[in-house]
Amino acid sequence: MIKVDEKGFYGKFGGAYIPEMLHPNIEELKDNYESIMASKEFQDEFRGLLKDYVGRPTPLYFASRLSEKYGAKIYLKREDLCHTGAHKVNNTIGQIILAKKLGKKRIIAETGAGQHGVATATVCALMGMDCTVYMGEVDIARQHPNVERMKILGAKVVPATSGSKTLKDATNEAMRAWINDPVDTHYIIGSVVGPHPYPEMVARFQSVISEEMKWQLKEKEGRENPDIVIACVGGGSNAAGAFYHYYNTPEVRLVAAEAAGLGISSGKSAATTVLGTPGVLHGSKTILMQTEDGQVVEPHSISAGLDYPGIGPVHAHLFDIGRGEFVAVEDEDAMKSGIELSRLEGIIPAIETAHAIYALNLIEYSKDDVIVINLSGRGDKDLDTYIKWGNY
Amino acid sequence: MSGERCLHRSSDTRHPSSIYMNRIHKLFESKKNRVLSIYFTAGFPALEDTLPIMEAIQAGGADIIEIGVPYSDPIADGPTIQDSNMIALENGISLKKLFNQLAGFREKITLPVVLMGYLNPIMQYGMEAFCKKCQEVGVDGLILPDLPMQQYLDDYKLLFEEYGLVNTFLISPQTSEKRILEIDQHSNGFIYMVSSHGVTGAKTGITEEQITYFKRVQAMKLKNSRLIGFGISDSETFSKASEYSNGAIIGSAFIKTVKNSKNLSEDIQAYIQTVIK
Repeated sequence: MIKVDEKGFYGKFGGAYIPEMLHPNIEELKDNYESIMASKEFQDEFRGLLKDYVGRPTPLYFASRLSEKYGAKIYLKREDLCHTGAHKVNNTIGQIILAKKLGKKRIIAETGAGQHGVATATVCALMGMDCTVYMGEVDIARQHPNVERMKILGAKVVPATSGSKTLKDATNEAMRAWINDPVDTHYIIGSVVGPHPYPEMVARFQSVISEEMKWQLKEKEGRENPDIVIACVGGGSNAAGAFYHYYNTPEVRLVAAEAAGLGISSGKSAATTVLGTPGVLHGSKTILMQTEDGQVVEPHSISAGLDYPGIGPVHAHLFDIGRGEFVAVEDEDAMKSGIELSRLEGIIPAIETAHAIYALNLIEYSKDDVIVINLSGRGDKDLDTYIKWGNY
Repeated sequence: MSGERCLHRSSDTRHPSSIYMNRIHKLFESKKNRVLSIYFTAGFPALEDTLPIMEAIQAGGADIIEIGVPYSDPIADGPTIQDSNMIALENGISLKKLFNQLAGFREKITLPVVLMGYLNPIMQYGMEAFCKKCQEVGVDGLILPDLPMQQYLDDYKLLFEEYGLVNTFLISPQTSEKRILEIDQHSNGFIYMVSSHGVTGAKTGITEEQITYFKRVQAMKLKNSRLIGFGISDSETFSKASEYSNGAIIGSAFIKTVKNSKNLSEDIQAYIQTVIK
C-alpha cells in the first residue's frame, strides 16, 4: 500500500527534518491541512476555481498520429492548457486557499524556471495577498520573461545569490525567509518535496490529474485504468498527480522520466535515481545527488524544471520498491521529442514534458496498450531554448 | 520512549561513565553565568586553521568551542556562515578531514567541544561511525539543527548516549511552552535559545520583545542550562543575554573576526577578551 504514514514517511523516505524554528509552522500545517481540505467550504472554493479559473477538467486527448508512429493507443493529459501554462497552478490554488483559512497574510515561494513562481504570483494576485518569490540569480538571467510575468502580477522577485544560484538555492533562501518571518507567512512549495506534510499535500492538490484521467478514460476506453502512465520527474509534482490514483493499482505501470542532461556519466545530469543516494535535502529524507561527503551536487538539465538534485520522497519510495519504472532522457533526445510532438500533433510541449514523450522510446509496450502521457506544460516559456538548440 | 529505558540500556553499554558527566555537565556545574560558547566553521578561512582557532578560543577565555561542520545547503544560517561554509568546502574540508584534524586535540584543549552540523554529511559518514569517532577524538556534544526532537528520539537518542554525546536542541520565540518543557525533558546539557525570528547573523542587538521572551523562558525554571544565540556579537549583547540565561553563543560575529584576521591567534584572543571583559 503506497500511503504516507503518520510521521510523514513513504517507506524509508520522507519525514520532516527541519530546524526547530519552523516546527510551529509545520505542525500547524500538519494538524490542519487534512481537515481543511476535507471541508465542504474548501472543496467548493477549490473545485470552483479549478473549473472556472484554471479551466479544468483539462482534456484527455487521443493523439492519433503519435499513436500511429509508436504503435500504441496514446493519450495526452492536457495540463498544458491550464491557466498559466502548466499543472503548477493546481497546487498553488489549493495552497493559497489553505493559507487563507489558516489566517496567513503573506506568501513566499521558490522557483526554478519560473513556472511555479508565476503560478504563485497569479493566485496571490487573485486573492490579493502579498507575494515574494525566491529565484536563483542564474535562473533570473535565463528565464527573464517569467521574472517579468511575476512582476506584472505584483510579486516581488528576490534573487538567491548563495551557492549555485539555481533552484536548490532558491529553495534554501525561501526556507531562510520563512525562518526569518514565520508568523503570518505561508510558504507555497512548488513540488512534492520539503518537510511533511508538503509532499503529500502537494500530491493531493495535483491528484486532480489522475482523478480526471480515470473518468475520462472510462468514457473513451470503457475502463478507468490505462496500462501505462508516463510523466517527467524533477521534484515530481506532475508525476505524483498523474500517478496518485494508480499508486495502489499494480496493473497500471508508472513510468517516471528523469533528465539525464548531457548523459548519465557526463557529470552534467539530473538523473537522481541513477546518480543519487539516500540523504536529507530540504526537509525530507529522499534520494539525492551528492558527493561521498554528503555535499549536494549541482545537477544539469536543459530544462530548468528538472534541474533539481533530489526527487520527492514518494518517488524515492516508488523507485525503492520497484513500483515505478525510472528512465533517464538526455537533453538532445528530449529536444527531438519536443519537435516531434510539435510536428505530429501541433503541440509544442515544455521541455520538461518532452522528456516524458521521449520515454516512449525507452520502455516496452504492445499495440493495444493504452498509454497516458501527462503533458505537464506548454512550450511557450521554452522558445528561447528551442531557438538556441535550432535543430528543427 | 521512556527515559528510564534509555538510562537502563545506556548503563549496560560499553562506556557508561562518560554519559552523564562529560565536560559540558562539569562546566555548567561549576559555572552558572556568563558562559561563552564560540562557533567557528571548520576549515575556514584556511583548511588547517581548525586547531589553531580552537587553541586561540581557549586561550582567549571562552568556555565552549562549537565547531561547524561545513555543508553545501545550511538552511538555518545567514550569509556570513553560508560563505564560510562555501569557502571551507572549496578549501577541501570534509568530515573525514575534520576528524583527522581533531585527532589528538585533547592534548591541548580542555574546554568542552560541540560539533554543529546538518544531518546529511553526517548520515553519509554513517551515524554510528560518526558518534564513535566523536567519542574517540574527545567531542562532548552535538547540535544538529535539522534533526527534530521526534526523529532524535526515534532514531538516535540511544546511539548518542552510548557514545557519551550530549545533544542540544534549539528553541525560538515561536516555541510553545509545552514544547519547551518537552525539549527540556529530553535534553541533558544545555538548550540553545535562538534569540529572535531569524537565521544566524540576520540581526544584531537585543530588543524589548526579545527580553520579554528571555524572561518568559527564564521563569520556566528549566532543568537544563540555557545559552542564547543568534544576534550576539559583542560585550553588550553578551552581557544582556547573560542576564536572562547562563550565557551566550557567538557565531557570525566571530566568523567576521576570523575572516578579516591577519593574525588569528592574537585577533581571536583580543576579540574574546572584549566580549567577556
